[in-house]
Amino acid sequence: MSWWTRVANVLRPDRLSREIDEELQAHLEEAVEHGRDAGEARSALGSALRLREESLDVRLIVWLDSLRADAVFGWRQLTKNKVASAAAILSLALGIGACTSAFRLIDALLLRPLPVTHPEQLYTLARTGVDPERGFETFDGWAYPDFQLMRAAAKGEAELIAISYSARADVTYGSDQDMEKAYLQYVSGWMFSSFGLRPTLGRLLTESDDLKPHAHPYAVLSYDYWKHRFGEDPKVIGRTFRMGNDVYQIVGVGPQRFTGTEPGTIIDIFVPTMMHPGAVRPDWTWMRTLARVNPGVALEPLRARLDATSRAFERDRANGFRGMSQREIDEYLNHPLILEPAASGASGLQSDYRSSLAALGVLVALVLLIACANVANLMTAQAAARAREMALRVSIGAGRRRLVQLVLVESAWLAFLAAALGGLFAWWSAPVVVGMINPSDNPARLFLPADWRVVGFGLALTVGVMLLFGLAPALRASSVQPVSALKGGEDPHSRRRLMHGLIGVQTAFCFLVLFVAGLFVATFQRLSNRPTGFSADRLLTLDTVARRPQPQAYWDQTMRHLQEVPGVESGALASAPLMAGMDWNNMVSVNGAPPNGVIGHFMNVSPGWIETMKIPLIGGRDFRPSDTYPGAALVNQTFAKEYFNGENPVGKSFDMLFSGGSSAHFEVVGLVGDVCYRDVHEPMPPQAYYPFRSLDAKNASEIKDQQYATFIVRTAGAKPLAMASILRREVARGWPEFRVSNVRTQLEINQSHTVRERLLARLAFFFGVVALLLAGVGLYGVLDYSVLQRRREVAIRMALGAQAGDVARRVTADVFSMVIAGALAGLALGFASVRYIESLLYQVKPTDPRMLALPAFTILVAALVAALPPVIRAVRIDPALMLRAE
Amino acid sequence: MRNPDALQGSLDLLVLKILSRRPQLHGYAIMSAIQDMSGDVLRAEEGSLYPALHRMEESGWIRAKWITKESGRRARLYELTGAGRKQLAAAESRWQAVTAAVNRVLRMA
Repeated sequence: MSWWTRVANVLRPDRLSREIDEELQAHLEEAVEHGRDAGEARSALGSALRLREESLDVRLIVWLDSLRADAVFGWRQLTKNKVASAAAILSLALGIGACTSAFRLIDALLLRPLPVTHPEQLYTLARTGVDPERGFETFDGWAYPDFQLMRAAAKGEAELIAISYSARADVTYGSDQDMEKAYLQYVSGWMFSSFGLRPTLGRLLTESDDLKPHAHPYAVLSYDYWKHRFGEDPKVIGRTFRMGNDVYQIVGVGPQRFTGTEPGTIIDIFVPTMMHPGAVRPDWTWMRTLARVNPGVALEPLRARLDATSRAFERDRANGFRGMSQREIDEYLNHPLILEPAASGASGLQSDYRSSLAALGVLVALVLLIACANVANLMTAQAAARAREMALRVSIGAGRRRLVQLVLVESAWLAFLAAALGGLFAWWSAPVVVGMINPSDNPARLFLPADWRVVGFGLALTVGVMLLFGLAPALRASSVQPVSALKGGEDPHSRRRLMHGLIGVQTAFCFLVLFVAGLFVATFQRLSNRPTGFSADRLLTLDTVARRPQPQAYWDQTMRHLQEVPGVESGALASAPLMAGMDWNNMVSVNGAPPNGVIGHFMNVSPGWIETMKIPLIGGRDFRPSDTYPGAALVNQTFAKEYFNGENPVGKSFDMLFSGGSSAHFEVVGLVGDVCYRDVHEPMPPQAYYPFRSLDAKNASEIKDQQYATFIVRTAGAKPLAMASILRREVARGWPEFRVSNVRTQLEINQSHTVRERLLARLAFFFGVVALLLAGVGLYGVLDYSVLQRRREVAIRMALGAQAGDVARRVTADVFSMVIAGALAGLALGFASVRYIESLLYQVKPTDPRMLALPAFTILVAALVAALPPVIRAVRIDPALMLRAE
Repeated sequence: MRNPDALQGSLDLLVLKILSRRPQLHGYAIMSAIQDMSGDVLRAEEGSLYPALHRMEESGWIRAKWITKESGRRARLYELTGAGRKQLAAAESRWQAVTAAVNRVLRMA
């Protein structure tokens, strides 16, 4: 008989038994036919039951059969206590699902190797150092000429690959009106062959596509883009698109699984690095550098060589700096190069969310552990109720192993039902969380496969969880002493000790989750409530481009046109919206003195901009239409404080120093309030605004033509986006050469800086509530059980005159001391873990008494609420009734 | 079988041998055949026959099928498989070797 029929026999044991019985019956009838006495024949054959069992064991897989029997029995146990089972399964499902979901995100963003040959050989080059404004950080941007030198230096030991930061570019396959956005990345031509990638269609870029600046307008589409934008049309090869003033030809489609090297962004179009305008600029760091290190090459000598090469490059460049002391130059050069493993690529999303995801992962793991403790307590309580049954099983010869199996199978039911539900939860929730990472204009796009890595993690987690909550009760059940259990007198204290211990652990974890959640929520609140210095209310920003620079008169004319559109309250022009990522900074010199080391930040704005932004004018005047750059400047209060010793700067002048050695002279015409310039996390920097109207650098009597600007419009209606399409049209009506490439509300731009904090606050709050709920349910369950167990004792005490208060104190004392011990342990855990999440906090002190009081108070209230029903039940015990029943 | 030990291990051999001569026997017929052929000296304990048959079926030496007899009753008939034939040859030669050795000892002692 094959193994398979034996497995099949497990599933139909009744039929098998019937067959064996029938054969034995046939034997007896045959014997009678041969003239033997029926009774004699039966006794000669022996016990039919024993024969059947013996034959059954041969004909099926014994352990599988016992497992089947236990599974059937376990299912009955679960359905007997439907509410408790459903609660256990749901809480476990939430825990398992959340953990699997967190793993899915962490794996997709941080762990999964790129689909290239030998991803483990990839490293990313970065510089570390202390930024005067942001503190210690690593910076992975490189200038192309520096890259070329380093590539030559590493020849033979490593291949260096340049990959630009991805950007959402405007491209068109037809006319200007058909402009669309695409994620575009400039990559070294040899990247594809170095990664061992093969085209799906056409060809990929090669080294010969990346030799001369601006000479190789070829593009490779990603498979994803080809599928979504072109419906996998094979005729796409040879088509052209225009970006800026360049026309690119599509030469191929990349392999299916390759979405670029930036987890969090799915690249649409790859073009050669030589097409980037910064390919010849030594002062423009616009790309990452990946190194594929040949096998067997020692990293440290390679790193040292690259470091020396890059340092020499920067030293040459620093020779051209003006106004920097030798000490400052040394400081500038002192940014050691490091090689970081990059098997899973390198992206901003990775560095932004690494610690956030880790923190969330720990939170959901704690929630899962709290759920496990609940289920363990539930199983222990049930095992207590079943002690007699277990004792009976032992006394009629069930092996200990069989009992462990019995209880574990029941746990497995819970765990796997929970895992199935949790799997659904993870399947749904991971994309939702990615969807919440949606900074304006650059939502995260993360490839989230559900393959063996995720499924394997889920399975391992389920089995681990099952052992965690099932093993202790199973071992306890199997070690039952039949004599004492059947007498009904097993020591109840040992069991309660386990349950109380778990309550303590639960409380500790719950405290930790609530504490961390409180920190995240407070961080988000402080950031959202932080004044920005301007009003983002009803403010719409229209980034506008022209194919070639346009005279200033047309920009002014269009601005005036927009101001007259019905529904527009006011309008102005700026080089970019505030806080949208633009950062123009330089050193400042007052009266020709050497710069004081404080970096100034700048922006070009039109007259009326400060009024539209509602930035207070503190002294002097706003720009007039006749003011020009260089020439006039508005400065903020911090600027006055840093460069003019806090004196009224109006009427004074300063120079802005360029790194090339030249400078520009300005007279301060007005003093304005401070605003958040780059990021809401940063302090408000010293800032100067210059007129948008600029003098031509070559011919100072001419006004420079401008190619890009942003119209800032405050609408009268409460919903600024409702006017987006009207304003888009009106801009083109103002001057037909203009095209709006991007419309955003200022609010959306502001909020994009707190996306991470909002995500953390929301998820941590959610899991904090879940943790509190689970811990409360657990506490209730344990108290309820212990009241049930001690009702005889309580009845006796009450009969002897104990007051309700005494009874309540007595039944809750143990549990509440565990809750307090747990909370203290949670506090210690919280303090120990705070340094891992400090980088995620903003102006929140973990030692702030309020941050500690909140979780402590919440837990106390939850514990009181959970304890109330069991205590009421204990107090209401009628001694006469209870003692008579016994 | 008066002394169960005497037949230890030989029940399988006897069943295989009988099935090799006379295919398609049911359990009772196999038992009767052992009894008849041994001149009533060997009598398989009826109780151990069926577990032995099922074990050999499980090992793939014999196979069984249900038939309906003319009387309308069902019977389970056994026959030898290829593997059973090989097993029989091996068991038979082992038996011969053992009995020959035992006989030698009996003669010489």
